Amino acid sequence: MVMISSWGRLEQKEHRISALSDRAQIARELSTHKPGIAYGMGRSYGDECLNPEGCLWLTAGLNQFIQFDHATGHLTCESGVTLRDIQRLLAPRGWMLPVTPGTQMVTVGGCIANDVHGKNHHRYGSFGDHVLRVKLQRTDGSVIDCGPNHAPEWFSATVGGLGLTGLITEAEIQLRPIMGPWLDTETIAFDSIDEFFPLSDNSERDCEYTVAWVDCTSRHTNRGLFMRGNHNADTTWPMSSKKPITVSVVPPISLVNKLSLRPFNAAYYYSKKWFARKASTFYEGFFYPLDNVLEWNRMYGPRGFYQYQSVIPMDEGADATKEMLRQIARSGDGSFLAVLKTFGTRKAKGMLSFPMHGVSLALDFPNRNGQTHALFERLDAVVRETKGRVYPAKDARMPRELFEAGFPRISEFLPFRDPGISSAMSRRLLGA
Amino acid sequence: MTVQDRMKRIAIVGATSAIATHCTRLWLCDAPAELILIGRSPGGLARLMADLRVRSPESVIRMVAANFVEPVAIRSLVDRLFEDGPIDIALIAHGNLPDQQQCQADLAVGAEAITVNGLSPVLFAEAMAGHMEKLDAGTLIVIGSVAGDRGRKSNYVYGAAKGLVGRYVQGLQHRLAKTSVKVTLIKPGPTETPMTTHLKQQGMPLAPVEDVAKAIVDGVAEGKRTVYAPRKWALVMMVIRHLPHFIFARMNI
Repeated sequence: MVMISSWGRLEQKEHRISALSDRAQIARELSTHKPGIAYGMGRSYGDECLNPEGCLWLTAGLNQFIQFDHATGHLTCESGVTLRDIQRLLAPRGWMLPVTPGTQMVTVGGCIANDVHGKNHHRYGSFGDHVLRVKLQRTDGSVIDCGPNHAPEWFSATVGGLGLTGLITEAEIQLRPIMGPWLDTETIAFDSIDEFFPLSDNSERDCEYTVAWVDCTSRHTNRGLFMRGNHNADTTWPMSSKKPITVSVVPPISLVNKLSLRPFNAAYYYSKKWFARKASTFYEGFFYPLDNVLEWNRMYGPRGFYQYQSVIPMDEGADATKEMLRQIARSGDGSFLAVLKTFGTRKAKGMLSFPMHGVSLALDFPNRNGQTHALFERLDAVVRETKGRVYPAKDARMPRELFEAGFPRISEFLPFRDPGISSAMSRRLLGA
Repeated sequence: MTVQDRMKRIAIVGATSAIATHCTRLWLCDAPAELILIGRSPGGLARLMADLRVRSPESVIRMVAANFVEPVAIRSLVDRLFEDGPIDIALIAHGNLPDQQQCQADLAVGAEAITVNGLSPVLFAEAMAGHMEKLDAGTLIVIGSVAGDRGRKSNYVYGAAKGLVGRYVQGLQHRLAKTSVKVTLIKPGPTETPMTTHLKQQGMPLAPVEDVAKAIVDGVAEGKRTVYAPRKWALVMMVIRHLPHFIFARMNI
């Protein structure tokens, strides 16, 4: 038994582990150690990758590439390969992942199972839109090959399928060509949420990447920083990359708290507003700012933290976002990593994919138990009323009815589940 | 033709082992190479070869499925490698972690453990060393273990085999001291690999294999004779080696 927690560090629970490394052995490992759930880099925040008292299939050892076609950009690899492995190996050869989330310390399998999105959703959709083929190992020993044009119903269940349709062992991904590793980026300060929406609309026409940071501790209005960018043609490579720093201890209390948050947010806002406008930014710094602080999740202290990410349909997006920020301000709880982003109109491939046309707000809160949960209930009410949804990859607590309301294709999804797979999240949200 | 003009030739025995795989990846990050992957499982070797070809398309890679215990087979395999040209780096990395209790209960298990972890690497090293000595060139890397530094009740059969490797490398370094051949003994601490999953299950802290491989590749590049990986194990093992018996005897390690 090994104590394992997820990225939110809310609780550590005992698990049996089965470390997968040789893909020829996976079928046997799964049939002898079940029920279980895949665990890659442990970057999902809540209980999606946990299975207390049960088994975890560790996929980090499935880190082999299988094939790369330099002419077409088709990459086939094992599911435990991280996005960082791919970017660092292939970006110098002119190919990059078309969609990448805010960290590259995640596995290909995890990105498929959560159908993750990035700052360019309005142009490139989500991760599943670029997956050509997935190989699923079922716990009964069978293997299912699926893709958008081959066994598409299995593919649609597996993309965003929370790891519940089988263990993803391999995937084939379409990469995109790039000229170089640099982006022209621009940071624009805004004074209120009302300024965000026109800014976002205008930027999406000309910019591939758009995202905003919101200072939810600022009193009346919600000021923030809008960031946008495009790949440029600079083909030079930096000589050496910065060495990351590590949060090596867990502080006794959360360093993100009432006292620290307001001055920290203000300092961040003004430093960006005054000093950083237009720049040429290396892709790692632009896509993955937090990857330079290893184990940053420790700064929330021993009780861990929650993420709350929702998407609200576009028509109600502005009002709902304002209402949610108002609730947060009223609660006195704050969020440092408050991220606002609009999603484009492309329909996601997965039955349980999170992205939909609308406005997504992501927030983090140090765990303060009852107080934090009370706030979540008020946020839930807004999501429920506007027919939005909460992102399972970040979730550790949403009520089952909210999940069911947000993901209407659940009953279509259920027949594709592997009965030998179960997670803390599947038991919480699907009852098994 | 000097090494600078051509690709390095690297032979890896036990190429599919996690530590060897990660060392190979690091070497290929520096420059493409000519690789000879030697192992027991043709399937595992083929998968590794495909992976390395994606990582380094300019490298020339081939695989050899081999017998690891038969002295005549080892000799002829190594002779053939050197017939094709000099080997610049030979990494001998194969082994397994036997269960100490089983080694005590069943002498056949103990014999197998000592053969695979002690005798076999030594035979490979001896075969390689002869050629390297004649050419007066080459780097020979042999993986031992911190377990070889002092016998402990929890794994002394494995420790004895690795101790054998350590003493053998010491002698080989003495023999080749006046040549240009470099011989390095690697002593990894407990490392997170498929070989140690059961230790992880018991909650033992294990070093990430990437860190161990980095320590090995850096240590070899610096020309060290002995490399503890990660480096902290040099200090830990110095203490353990020097503990007086009356204290050591009380320790449950």
